Amino acid sequence: MKAFATLLDRLVLTPSRNGKLKLLADYFRTVPDPDRGYGLAAIAGTLDLKSVKPAMLRELVMERMDEVLFRYSYDYVGDLAETIALVWDGGARERVDDAKQPRLGDVVTRMNALGRTEVRSAVRDLLDHLDPSARFAFLKLATGGLRIGVSARLAKQALADMSGKDVTEIETLWHGLEPPYEPLFAWLEGGAEKPVLATPAIFHSVMLANPVEDGDLAKLDPADYAAEWKWDGIRVQMSSYGGTKKLYSRSGDDISGAFPDIVDAINFDGVIDGELLVGGTARSNNPTRTFSDLQQRLNRKTVTAKMLEEYPAFVRAYDLLFQSDDDIRAQTFLERRERLSDILTRAPHDRFDLSDLVSFKTWDELEALRRDPPDPVIEGVMIKKKDSVYQAGRLKGPWFKWKRDPFNIDAVMLYAQRGHGKRSSYYSDFTFGVWADGPDGEQLVPVGKAYFGFTDAELEVLDKFVRDNTVDRYGPVRAVKAKPDFGFVLEVAFEGINRSSRHKSGVAMRFPRIARLRQDKLPRDADRLSTLTAMIDAREGGEG
Amino acid sequence: MKPEALLHPTPAGLFCPAGGFHIDPVRPVERALITHGHSDHARAGHRHVLATRQTLDIMRIRYGEDFCESEQGAEFGEVLDVGGVTVSFFPAGHVLGSAQIAVEKDGLRIVASGDYKRGVDATCAPFEPVKCDVFITEATFGLPVFHHPEPRGEIAKLLRSIEQFPDRTHLVGAYSLGKAQRVIRLIRDCGWDKPIYIHGALAKLCDYYAGQGIELGDLRPATIDKSTPDLFKGAIVVGPPSAFQDRWARRFNEPLISFASGWMMVRQRAKQGGVELPLVISDHCDWPELLETIKEIAPSEVWVTHGREEALVRWCELQGLPAKPLHLVGYEDEGD
Repeated sequence: MKAFATLLDRLVLTPSRNGKLKLLADYFRTVPDPDRGYGLAAIAGTLDLKSVKPAMLRELVMERMDEVLFRYSYDYVGDLAETIALVWDGGARERVDDAKQPRLGDVVTRMNALGRTEVRSAVRDLLDHLDPSARFAFLKLATGGLRIGVSARLAKQALADMSGKDVTEIETLWHGLEPPYEPLFAWLEGGAEKPVLATPAIFHSVMLANPVEDGDLAKLDPADYAAEWKWDGIRVQMSSYGGTKKLYSRSGDDISGAFPDIVDAINFDGVIDGELLVGGTARSNNPTRTFSDLQQRLNRKTVTAKMLEEYPAFVRAYDLLFQSDDDIRAQTFLERRERLSDILTRAPHDRFDLSDLVSFKTWDELEALRRDPPDPVIEGVMIKKKDSVYQAGRLKGPWFKWKRDPFNIDAVMLYAQRGHGKRSSYYSDFTFGVWADGPDGEQLVPVGKAYFGFTDAELEVLDKFVRDNTVDRYGPVRAVKAKPDFGFVLEVAFEGINRSSRHKSGVAMRFPRIARLRQDKLPRDADRLSTLTAMIDAREGGEG
Repeated sequence: MKPEALLHPTPAGLFCPAGGFHIDPVRPVERALITHGHSDHARAGHRHVLATRQTLDIMRIRYGEDFCESEQGAEFGEVLDVGGVTVSFFPAGHVLGSAQIAVEKDGLRIVASGDYKRGVDATCAPFEPVKCDVFITEATFGLPVFHHPEPRGEIAKLLRSIEQFPDRTHLVGAYSLGKAQRVIRLIRDCGWDKPIYIHGALAKLCDYYAGQGIELGDLRPATIDKSTPDLFKGAIVVGPPSAFQDRWARRFNEPLISFASGWMMVRQRAKQGGVELPLVISDHCDWPELLETIKEIAPSEVWVTHGREEALVRWCELQGLPAKPLHLVGYEDEGD
């Protein structure tokens, strides 16, 4: 438990991706089986550990501590698991011997073997034998509240780093393996053959596309690529074999329970990749409905008959990974699509359809189509290399997504805050505003916050401006000079915009970032709030 | 005599009317007795100052020759008379020169312990328990959550991180009096014999410690030389934490921010401060040490000053020991 706790303590405070990878890879390299496998599971979210209720933990700590002293402590720390981890020894001085602390594997095995009545005393005993940092890790695992800022994907990348294997190979195997992943580590360390999957009816990591960036397409021959519309739904995977039928989200969560309409309609064996949407399939002649309609069906464990009727779901399929139990991911995109099309002709027409190919000869022609799509629920185009094999992960080259252009506005820097880690000596988080009518005439109102999009050289410029033009300080935040004739104009790009009652300005941007520094402009030239509200109106009009 | 008549809080600090002196006053006074050199306890501008020789030296380094009109050095254990009140200084184990001050009149003895700790520290004399009627204790870490680990284990984390990230400059934040020298000394005791680079703000005090026989090894100024940009790769740089948020920190290669402080025990404190590698090293007592000290001294009354007074007062009440908070203002835990 000690090694895992130390890893967590460092990961939580390490901001850089490379730093996290290094810490993870060192952990996997130095910690023995099965502990490292359970550590991996805890980070990747696949660990199954008997859960402990916070109320029971409170009772346990009250057995040995004054309630008032506990309250003072909890008020100060603010997190129950951390408070208990720290106060458990009370006034005692004894320190737990590192070598005698239970190992992570022992803790998992022991907890999972407990009967209902044995949990209380086992947890008490474990807390007595762990040091404060290990107690914290254990309590977070047992209460299900572990937040460390590391994705499963990053953990797999660390496995790739430690072994020199390709991360896509690890992705391909991942969902067929279970904690503590001993065959996986044996293979990674070169001591065993690659593990073989028992059944295809599991989630298989999906292949992801890269956004098209400036100059990407100029280097590519349009004849090598196929295009499809990018529908505004959610990515799903249908997995069916030997009577087991599952619907997974793109991250591998099982969402079958919320979509009986789809799962019941599956009449094929295999693994299909597609877009989950609400409305009618192309074959039913009913329109595809918007993302906000789809949201009515998301994040639910079960679904009512009324919901099923009002918001019927379907899958617009675009790829086939397995045909029956035959893994065809190594075939080309067009070959796989051919087989997919064949399966879909025999599948229920109201629940499944095939994502259309968009024909084009030149990138300019595709650009024109992308700008003016035939359906409001289309948010861009997907570009796929005709001979691309299906590889999990986000490889640059075979697949691209080309979304509608992001929104752009000119805004004025209002506040700045220091960044973290590498950026802790820089003012790198900026709150920006636009002009609006106020009680005293035109005034700048904050509309968002952005902390990336600029280069290191641009950051120097921004930071210098903040330091030279501070007019006020509120703790870590500095207010900067922003007058019609003096200030810093930022071109801000963002993916979307919505009305928001939580923000004073009444608008909330999605994913704002600083696109360009506009030192050529004065704050008086910046945009007005009405420009932003017009963007919302235009969007709502377009979808209605 | 009631203890409150011998020593009681005033806006200027703890005052002894019989002897006409204040202990660690926060405003300029006629006669000041100073426990240790941290700036919230030792201020410039008093007329007469009585303190240990080392505390006087430190005040001179920090405030200049004219930090007071007249000074008097106190030896540990020496019995002094200040205006008819008996005063003695005893080691507090907090920083170099730090002392507890025992004040005695008509058979009543009060010990003002200033800031103190019980953990091992190679840079100052260890705390000495002194029997007394009233014990005045600090409560900087006066909550059951605070358990300071073995300092060498914390330094081991730092050295391990340098092995893992050999290209990154490890910036260790440590307050300039006491903590910085202790951290440097601990790093040496853990076997690091390469040069340690220090921020300019630490130079004079490190020199003073070395002059007092506390071996700190090869210390060099953390100034960059354009011809040797690789100098700070994998190096340890010690400086005051405030400097790390300044432009000063930019000269280093991918700096990894570390901070040696008792506050680092709580994760959120580390996270809010942008600290990547917290080192829980404190010059104050943790909770068990506070309780242990009170039990060992066994006073008939406890007064609690700066810090989390309410928890320690509560604990004393649970033990049936009379206790009260003093509500002194102006002490800001500079030393941790």
